[in-house]
Parts: sequence; C-alpha cells; structure tokens
Amino acid sequence: MARKKIREYDSKSLLKQNLKRLANIELPICSAQVTKSTDFTELLDKEKWLSARRLVVKPDMLFGKRGKSGLVALNLDFAEVIQFVKKRLGQEIEIEGCKGPITTFIIEPFIPHKEEYYFAIDSERLGCTISFSECGGVEIEEYWDKVNSIFLPTDSPLTNETIAPLIAGLPLEIHGKISDFMKGVFAVFQDLDFSFIEMNPFTLVDGEPYPLDMRGEVDENAGFKNEEKWGNLEFPHPFGRIPSPEESFIHDLNEKTSASLKFTLLNPKGRIWNMIAGGGASLIYTDTVGDLGYAAELGNYTEYGGPSEEEMLKLARVILDCATANPDGRKRALLVGGNIANLTDVGATFDGIIRALKEKKSELREANIHIYVRRGGPNYQTGLAKMQAVGEELGVPVEVYGPEAIMTGICNRAIEGI
Amino acid sequence: MATGQLFSRTTQALFYNYKQLPIQRMLDFDFLCGRETPSVAGIINPGAEGFQKLFFGQEEIAIPVHSTIEAACAAHPTADVFINFASFRSAAASSMAALKQPTIRVVAIIAEGVPESDTKQLIGYARSNNKVVIGPATVGGIQGGAFKIGDTAGTIDNIIHCKLYRPGSVGFVSKSGGMSNEMYNTIARVTDGIYEGIAIGGDVFPGSTLSDHVLRFNNIPQVKMMVVLGELGGRDEYSLVEALKQGKVNKPVIAWVSGTCARLFKSEVQFGHAGAKSGGEMESAQAKNQALKEAGAVVPTSYEAFEAAIKETFEKLVEEGKITSIKEVKPPQIPEDLNSAIKSGKVRAPTHIISTISDDRGEEPCYAGVPMSSIVEQGYGVGDVISLLWFKRSLPRYCTHFIEICIMLCADHGPCVSGAHNTIVTARAGKDLVSSLVSGLLTIGPRFGGAIDDAARYFKDAYNRGLTPYEFVEGMKKKGIRVPGIGHRIKRGDNRDKRVELLQRFARTNFPSVKYMEYAVQVETYTLSKANNLVLNVDGAIGSLFLDLLAGSGMFTKQEIDEIVEIGYLNGLFVLARSIGLIGHTFDQKRLKQPLYRHPWEDVLYTK
Repeated sequence: MARKKIREYDSKSLLKQNLKRLANIELPICSAQVTKSTDFTELLDKEKWLSARRLVVKPDMLFGKRGKSGLVALNLDFAEVIQFVKKRLGQEIEIEGCKGPITTFIIEPFIPHKEEYYFAIDSERLGCTISFSECGGVEIEEYWDKVNSIFLPTDSPLTNETIAPLIAGLPLEIHGKISDFMKGVFAVFQDLDFSFIEMNPFTLVDGEPYPLDMRGEVDENAGFKNEEKWGNLEFPHPFGRIPSPEESFIHDLNEKTSASLKFTLLNPKGRIWNMIAGGGASLIYTDTVGDLGYAAELGNYTEYGGPSEEEMLKLARVILDCATANPDGRKRALLVGGNIANLTDVGATFDGIIRALKEKKSELREANIHIYVRRGGPNYQTGLAKMQAVGEELGVPVEVYGPEAIMTGICNRAIEGI
Repeated sequence: MATGQLFSRTTQALFYNYKQLPIQRMLDFDFLCGRETPSVAGIINPGAEGFQKLFFGQEEIAIPVHSTIEAACAAHPTADVFINFASFRSAAASSMAALKQPTIRVVAIIAEGVPESDTKQLIGYARSNNKVVIGPATVGGIQGGAFKIGDTAGTIDNIIHCKLYRPGSVGFVSKSGGMSNEMYNTIARVTDGIYEGIAIGGDVFPGSTLSDHVLRFNNIPQVKMMVVLGELGGRDEYSLVEALKQGKVNKPVIAWVSGTCARLFKSEVQFGHAGAKSGGEMESAQAKNQALKEAGAVVPTSYEAFEAAIKETFEKLVEEGKITSIKEVKPPQIPEDLNSAIKSGKVRAPTHIISTISDDRGEEPCYAGVPMSSIVEQGYGVGDVISLLWFKRSLPRYCTHFIEICIMLCADHGPCVSGAHNTIVTARAGKDLVSSLVSGLLTIGPRFGGAIDDAARYFKDAYNRGLTPYEFVEGMKKKGIRVPGIGHRIKRGDNRDKRVELLQRFARTNFPSVKYMEYAVQVETYTLSKANNLVLNVDGAIGSLFLDLLAGSGMFTKQEIDEIVEIGYLNGLFVLARSIGLIGHTFDQKRLKQPLYRHPWEDVLYTK
C-alpha cells in the first residue's frame, strides 16, 4: 500500500518512455540493470552501447550517498564494469546502520559534464513542491540554502512563469530548454502517479537536459490505473530489510487479498509475540511493550484486518512457528489483542487463530507460551469463550479480557507473566 | 475548513453503493437517539432504481433508490451528507461528482486504497468550495445523539455502552477507525462521553485533517475538551501545533501520537495505515508528542496514561463549572433482527424450503455431499452428476455410462418431430432461446416422448405380477391402452431400431441382470407376431433397461424403485436429452436467419 520507492533503473526507464509520449522530448539516456541472474553476453547483445562507450556503474538499491561510500565506479570499459560488479555482487555492506548484500547494479554511459543541477518534485496534500538548484551533486546538503522551491497548488498548471523564479540564475539562452524539461518531467510525474521524483544531478549534454542520477517513488494505490504504463514495476524492500522466509510468505499473502496482513520479525529469541488486529491498535500494542521497557523481548510486529478464516490461520501459523522456534524453558507471552471492532466478527476471526493453536499444541506447551487475549466488538463474547475453551483443551494458559478492560492491559499482564 | 457543527439531529445523508448493514446500523442509531426522520434519505445504486426496505425501529420503511447522484440530489435537496461506499477504483470519481452537487456539503469516503492524486483533486475542490471530505480509508464519524456515518461505533450494544445516543462534551479525532471506537469506550468511561468523533482515515493525504476537526470542535460551544489520537508519519500534527501556538484553540486538548515503537525497527517500515510510515525525525511519534506538549496540549507519557489524562482534564472542567452534568435518558430497545437472534440461539424460526440434493454454503458447492472439485478431479461425467442430483448417490460407472448413452441417443430426432417443430416455429417468430426451448419441451407428454415412464410402469407391473406376454398385451388391449414402448412408425421386425440394439448390447455386457429387458423382448416377440411394425422402440428399451439398472445395481430398495418410477424420473431423462437438440434447433434457425414461419394454405384442409 501507499508510497513505494522504485529503482533508479525503473525511474529512468519510465521517464524516458513517457517523456517522449507526453512532452515529445527524446531523452538520450541509456541504462542497464545487473543482478546475479544477468548473463553479460546477452546483456551486451541487447544494449550495444555497453561496448561502445565508457561506463559508470553503481548499486541500484534505494539507498543514497553511493559516491561517498565508494560504491560508484566511473569511466570504465565493459570488462572493468563486469569485474567491478562481480567483486561486489552479494557482498554485505552497511549504509547508515542498515546491513545488507548488494544485489542490483545499474550501468550507464560515463558522461563528463560541467553543470550539476538539482531538480525535485514532491507530492504534498495541497499540491506539489518543485525544487531546483544550480548547485546539485553529491554536496547538495551543504548547499541546501541554494535550493529554490515553489509550491504548486493541486490543479494549477506548471508554466514558464511559475518555473521562472526557480531558474532565474541560469543563462537566459537555456531557460527554454530547462523549462520544457521540467514541465515534461512534471507531466510524467502526474500521469504516472509518482509521489516523488529527484534528479541530483541532471546536466546538459549538447545543450539537452540529461539526468545523471534519479530517485522515484510511486503511489502503489494508483497501480490499477497504471497497469500498462508501469508495466511489471518492481517494488524492492527498503535496503537492509532482507525479509525472512516467514515475512516473505505473509507479504505475498497480503498482495493477493483485500484483507490486510503484516508481519515483521523483530527478534526471533523474543519472548513477547503479537497477534494484533487493526492498523491503529497494532501500533499502540507495540508501543506499549516498548514503553514498559520490554522492547528487547518483542518477537514481532503484526497487524491484520479483515482476513478470512483461512488467511488468519496462515498468519497465525507463521506467528506461532516463530514464537515457539526457540524454547528456552522460560515463560513466553502471546498477545492476541485488538481494539473494540466496529464491524469485524470477533468470533469468526478467532476461529482461524484457534485452528492454528490446535495444530501447534505440543510446540506451544514446549515453548511455555501463555496467551493473553483482549478484544471487543461484534460477537466478542463467543470469541473470548472459544479462546478460553481452547486453552483448557490444549493445556495452555489463556487469560481473556473484553471491552471493559483497557486495551493494552494485557501487555502488563504479559510482562508480569514473563 | 474550521467553522463548526457538521451534523444535527435532522441531518440526512445519501448513501452511495447500497450496503444493507451499514445503512441499517445508521437507522438503528437514529431510532436509539429518538430521531424523527431516518438519517438516510436516499440510496444511490448505479444502474438500479426503486426502493429498499429497511427497519426504522419496529417499523419497516422504504428508502428510495436512485441510479445517479444527480437524480438523488434533486430528489432529496435537504440531504447534505454523501456517504460513499464505492470501491477504491471508483470512489474518487463518485466523490467528485457528489462534491459538485450544490446540495452536498460533506462527503465521507470509506474505501481504502484511493490513489493519492485523486484524493488531492477532491481536497482541492472541497477547499475552494467550502466543502468537507472525511476519509478516504475511514469508518466515518458520529455526533452523539444526532447522526452516525455507516459502521462507526459498531454494534448497538457498544453504542449504548458508550452512551453515544446522547451528546457528551468531548470532541474526538483520530486517524484510525478501529481506535476511534476503542476511544469512544475509553472516553465514556472517564467523561460524560462523546459530542462528536471523527476518524480521518489512515491515508497519507486525508480529505480533512486532525487539526481541521480540532479547530472546528473549538467553534462548537457544546464541545468542552478535545481528544486527539495521532500517528507517526506525515506532518498533520504540526498544523495542530501551529494552531495551538497561535492561540487558535482555547479548549483543552489531550493528545497522543502512537508509533513510538518505530525506533525499534532499523530500516524504514510501512505500518498498517498508508500514512503510518517511519520517515524523518520530524515525522516520528516522539517528535510530534514533544511538539504538541510544548505547544500546550496535554500529552501523556504513554498510551496507557492517556485515559488518566483525559479523566483528569474532564474532572478539572467539572470542578471549574465548565461542564455541568447532563440528564441521562434511557434509549429505547431496538428489536433484534431475526438473523442475529437465530445466530445467537435466542429464537428459532421454521424454514420454508427444504433441500437435500445440493449445498452451496461452504467453500465450494456440493452435489449430494460430493464437492465440485472432486467431481472434476475424479473425472466424473454428466451421468455421475445426474446420479448425484437425481438419485442422491454415486452409481457404479456402468450405470452412469448407461445414463449418458440414453441422453446421447435421445438428444435429437430431426426437425420434423413435434418438439423440434414447435421450437423451430417459435425461434422463427423471433422469440428468445428460453421461449423457443420451452415451446418444444411443452409438447413432451403422453404422445410425444413421454412413453419411457409408462413403458417402465407397465412392464414392471406385468413382470412383477408374473403375466405372460400374451396376458399382458391382451389385457392392455381390453382396457383400450396401447402398450407403451412398442411400435414404430418406420422400423419393422426385419429392420430393428439401431438405438435399441446398442442399448441392449451395452446392457447385456455390463448389467448384472437384464430380466426386465428379456421380458420386454418376449413381449415384442408376441406383438411382432401380430404386426410387423410392433417392435420394441427406444422408449420401451430405455424403460425396461432402467428397471434392470435400478433393480440390478443393488443400490435401491423396492420402495425407492417404486417411487422413482412413480414420480416420473425416466421422463426427466428424455426432457434433459431433448433439450440439447431443441437448443440446437433454436441456434440453427437463428444462425440461418429464418423468417417467420407461416403454414401454407395448400397444406390445410379447409372444410365445414
């Protein structure tokens, strides 16, 4: 859901294709993507320029400051690029505290250049902020005060007049080119439901605007309108988030349903595990465990909304598998929580959880799991009674609370318990 | 935005995309509040018109259904709230159409997943035209004792428990719809309850913001204090901070921003709501809580302490005499719906229909207990499906194969027989498939196609009574009844019906016993001695062989066999089979574009 960062390679491909269609601007950029499955001979066959030109190669993994981290190589030939990539592909690096392997590179022609302009469009609630600076490039943060911004209200067109104050410092003869380019990019931004575009920098090649580096974010909710324009657009995980098999499983499940299912593994050895309904409540339960000083014991973050019994069963299985994977004799807590539902049938939701609990009877007992339940809403009495009953049946301690109890009260109970 | 009250006890809404439950919940709330008029004036269901029956208390009322937004607004000019239950794909377009109606002031959008750019268009239009958008991705909102949007505040029990049927003194706004219901409970526990509560929805760009509603609450005299539940992500809380700093809010604000846990996650995380994304420091829950506190809001140390902070503020206002105790009213009892009463086991009601052959309530439909998937996976044929749906059991393959042969043999018999003729005439009269089919089917009866059942009945009776073919045939003759299943227009003793031969050969090879068929052959031998055209015809062959199938398979009791023959199952076989041919004739005539059939004069004997 919501905003998704896309790879530089995809940002540039979308820009190139659609700038032509929407603004009749031919962007002379070329880029190629390399992952561990890339066959370099095939790639060369498809992208002939790779052998004809000097090249730049860098990781394309949604993190910035690549130059500063020594991950960009300039002015290589194709053989040197291959060597560079092969040496680093799969290598673990650390960027701002996040660790992960490098899996994807982008290769482009090496463009000796003079001008480095900064250009960004950011979608906001009442319009878009459009920023431009003559001093773009890796040092942009030091020249932040040289970035000019205008705010363009929703529905106002981007015109030469609105752009004029941004580019006032540029030589007059290039105003036309730069304005047309910015208007074109803005048209692509709107037409393809981008929520953020940044070029830092773009330059001029033979007097024509040429983005050297680009970041993009699209509004995933607009996917249904953009099926053709986006094509098979990839939404990579943020860098450093290497999903565990369990996380990937739930992520895939979530993609296929209208229900909401989220699962993040925080600490496999944790002793407090969450199974929380509702986007708002799941956050607050997680907060509360942290506020009570037990963040380190939190096994996971989970949120579900509107799942079918089968989907709930699958999610519950995953959580129980993780929660019972590392028994150490000490007590563990499973929080089956949620706010007082508006319309979810609590009894029905719990049926899926109960089926999973029954499947994992021996694991639950071995891991010394105590279950704390709190929920209200339609049919909650039935749901709570069923949970109580399954506890007795399985020999797993279960405490149940209804709407009369404070929502996060079970966090306290769980912490006292462990 | 700003200004004050959005709703009152007379507010009426138009409801887009008919959903029975949320509308009924709104009407139940109305009744609970003692409203005189229902809060839903009309329903818009694209492409449909008429009325929807719903309950207003004990009484049933008919709410008009309109096919377009324009028509609904014209018919209900006083309805100024538009509640949009359209899907995320169409919510934006219908919401914009509603905003453009002069009579509509407030639009609530329930759908989750509306594209940001579309919401921005709605926000822009609403701002320039002084209209209010609540949502998208929200449950809605409620004004105590006055008006409720859709599913807000859940069950009747919950509404009564939170005393939402009468106004309290607290204005509440949050992003989360689920948490708003939780907070209605919390607030009811420690104050005199909700005056108005709004869930703005979890999107990145809500149609109206937390601060929009806080500023509005500030203008409503009955609201004495405001409770705000924010979330990490976005900067909306900072406009509230600004408003507080500028002294635009002169009532106490108790605020909490959830999502302090985001720092536990090393990389960027998208939480449950689209807007709840960990980003820069400014957008963190900690920073927002800090800023709100510095701007003068009451900010607890954690969510757990939220309730106590609300309580303390409320009690202080009571002490200061700013809140006086309200007179409690007892809401009327809402009659329970039959469905929920049955579900909870409180009442029972007789059913009006009984069915034993199929069940469509589970994951997949079942024929006589056999799920659709195993029917397909095990390679069952039409004969097996007939055996499940007609005989409620799985018959052995030779039986179902026999049924299939019967169907294939009876599917059509040329264009001249009366059924096909009728179908052809009807099709040529320009009638539709079903009319053409049934006009052919309606000819099936004692003289056309209906002989299988009778053949089976008479052969069975004669055989079971031990009559010789002579006794049987002559007995029938005495009663003036032709022996069904005997006789053919063309076929002769020396030119047997190929179909009869095929059936008999199949049965001899596969059936454990063919005693009825042997009896029918003996009868035929006798009738052939009387006239060369009195052969056993296909009706007689199917009728007698079906008796062998029923008796020989060992899967039917004597009573069951009697009943099957009595009810007329075997005719069903002919009706089913011949439908295939009749449908074919209909398509054939239509494909050939045949004109209206008129019988030629020359072919009619006009006479006195």
